[in-house]
Amino acid sequence: MYKYDTYDQAAVDARVAEFRDQVERRLSGALSEDQFKPLRLMNGLYLQLHAYMLRVAIPYGTLDSRQMRMLAHVARTYDRGYGHFTTRQNIQYNWIKLEDAPDILAELATVEMHAIQTSGNCIRNISSDQYAGAAADEVTDPRPWAELLRQWSSFHPEFSYLPRKFKIAVIAAGEDRAAMRLHDIGIEIVERDGQHGARVFVGGGMGRTPMIAPEIRDFVPLADLLSYLEACLRVYNRYGRRDNMYKARIKILVHEIGAADYARQVEEEFAHVKALGIDLPAAEFERIAAFFAPPAFETGLSETIDRSDPDFALWLDQNVKPHKAPGYAIVNISLKPVGGIPGDASAEQIDVMADLAERYSFGEARVTHAQNIVLPHVRKADLYAVWQALAEAGLAEANLDLISDIIACPGLDYCSLANARSIPLAQKIATRFADPARQRELGELKLKISGCINACGHHHAGHIGILGVDKKGTENYQLSFGGSGAEDVSLGKITGPGFDEDGVVDAIERATDLYLARREAGERFVDTYRRLGMEPFKEAIYG
Amino acid sequence: MRILTGNDLKSGDVVWWTGSDWSRHVEDAADVSERGEAIAREEEAARRVNVPYVIDAAATPEGPRPAHIKDRIRALGPTVRADLTLRPADPAAGSWVI
Repeated sequence: MYKYDTYDQAAVDARVAEFRDQVERRLSGALSEDQFKPLRLMNGLYLQLHAYMLRVAIPYGTLDSRQMRMLAHVARTYDRGYGHFTTRQNIQYNWIKLEDAPDILAELATVEMHAIQTSGNCIRNISSDQYAGAAADEVTDPRPWAELLRQWSSFHPEFSYLPRKFKIAVIAAGEDRAAMRLHDIGIEIVERDGQHGARVFVGGGMGRTPMIAPEIRDFVPLADLLSYLEACLRVYNRYGRRDNMYKARIKILVHEIGAADYARQVEEEFAHVKALGIDLPAAEFERIAAFFAPPAFETGLSETIDRSDPDFALWLDQNVKPHKAPGYAIVNISLKPVGGIPGDASAEQIDVMADLAERYSFGEARVTHAQNIVLPHVRKADLYAVWQALAEAGLAEANLDLISDIIACPGLDYCSLANARSIPLAQKIATRFADPARQRELGELKLKISGCINACGHHHAGHIGILGVDKKGTENYQLSFGGSGAEDVSLGKITGPGFDEDGVVDAIERATDLYLARREAGERFVDTYRRLGMEPFKEAIYG
Repeated sequence: MRILTGNDLKSGDVVWWTGSDWSRHVEDAADVSERGEAIAREEEAARRVNVPYVIDAAATPEGPRPAHIKDRIRALGPTVRADLTLRPADPAAGSWVI
């Protein structure tokens, strides 16, 4: 993992001191809320329904045991004993006091964490593949590039006040586990003729105008990546719609002028920027990359796993994935117990995961955009012990990528932007489909719920997506089918009129019944939907 | 009736204007009728409240009930964590919100 150098630490410490002063001035009345709001947002502090909410950055979803313990400490000491892992691979605390915020940030800084780039119209926290450095299918570890982009984007003077927020994802595997093409910029590192380069996709996103990012360049040599991205941002910064926040994202610009013309302008700007020499010297990149060197994997380990405990075997089949190193596996910890709150973890559970990461995964853990946690490097021989410890902590739900592994935003229970509650609906759906055998029979089914059009719950990318709306003061839910955030990326289509909370659960059951009746061999729910089209599903749902 | 709400500046707690002060309990909220905006300006200037706003509410025997579900959730707490609401031991509290 990357370790701060003196510049990183000094920058974060200085930001904490600056924010402490700003909070003091707000409390003394020297700053009005209008003056203070953009300052607190730059430090991840929102005002939500019940209290201030602090969003802490977890760069590219990677953290170590020490940092996880700090997250638990913050939950226990300053919040109400839990945190909420988000679809941006971050963590949010819902009950923060303004007067505590500087102390929290100071404590986070001691473990190289902060809340910078978690709000505002800047380049937000870079997201990545939660299996980075462990996946059997990756070309290279994408995290050195994600870290490079973190350093490039942090406090970038030209890109701190963009027309709108800006999200970048970096992956390096054919399987897209980061919803890469639904980002403002998606980067896929590929290999061509023995050289690594980047496929660059620009103008994706969800929200009220969902779009899949078109490919702007099929291969940018990595030595040119910073210059090329600088050019992408510069064109956006110049022409992005600052006059209308609903049209200010880069996806609107790319859509309006067309991907080809946008790409042409980027190339022109790139020719100019490249001459400025902003790309990193190879030695400096190697310094960063060295932090991500593979851990000291043991060799000669056994591949055998004792599957005699049936509950363990179920979890093994569902939540454990292949690792590139022989004798190791990737463990997914579901934060979706049936009836629980997707993404929530208590301080005690966070501590348990920190302990397991330390003992069994070289001290590393990851946060996924699906609001789960990953232990990336676990010896197969240790899987049973890990599972037992998880089970004891209520963290051994064997439902990864099944219908109860629901992505849900905080919704109207916590969020001031929401129009409807997401969490109770997620709980009802998970409860309806609680039978593990039934879930496995349905197979991979990604269900995603957003409580408003901003789509933090990624509903556009759900095999089944649900959007909560306010219909004359009553919660109502629009259902959509056919979305995907993976390498088969697609946007869901609305089925028709919306439902109340119970109605949408019934509609999902009718749709899954149709899927079971009509599927062909090897088809997932989304495959059957794509083959059959909407009509039979509409008929099943609306009768 | 119309009632005035906001968040406590320091703690962020949801608070309701009682006619002379701020309370965490919506049942203490007073009808501000047309005076809400003026009170909000004064109280915000005095740094006793953050982002105050006036809402419609129904007068009930138990006290004011905000017209919109969002403000009822603000008044009580998240519907999915009874233990974190202002009435953790009241099984009927959830139905007051919904």
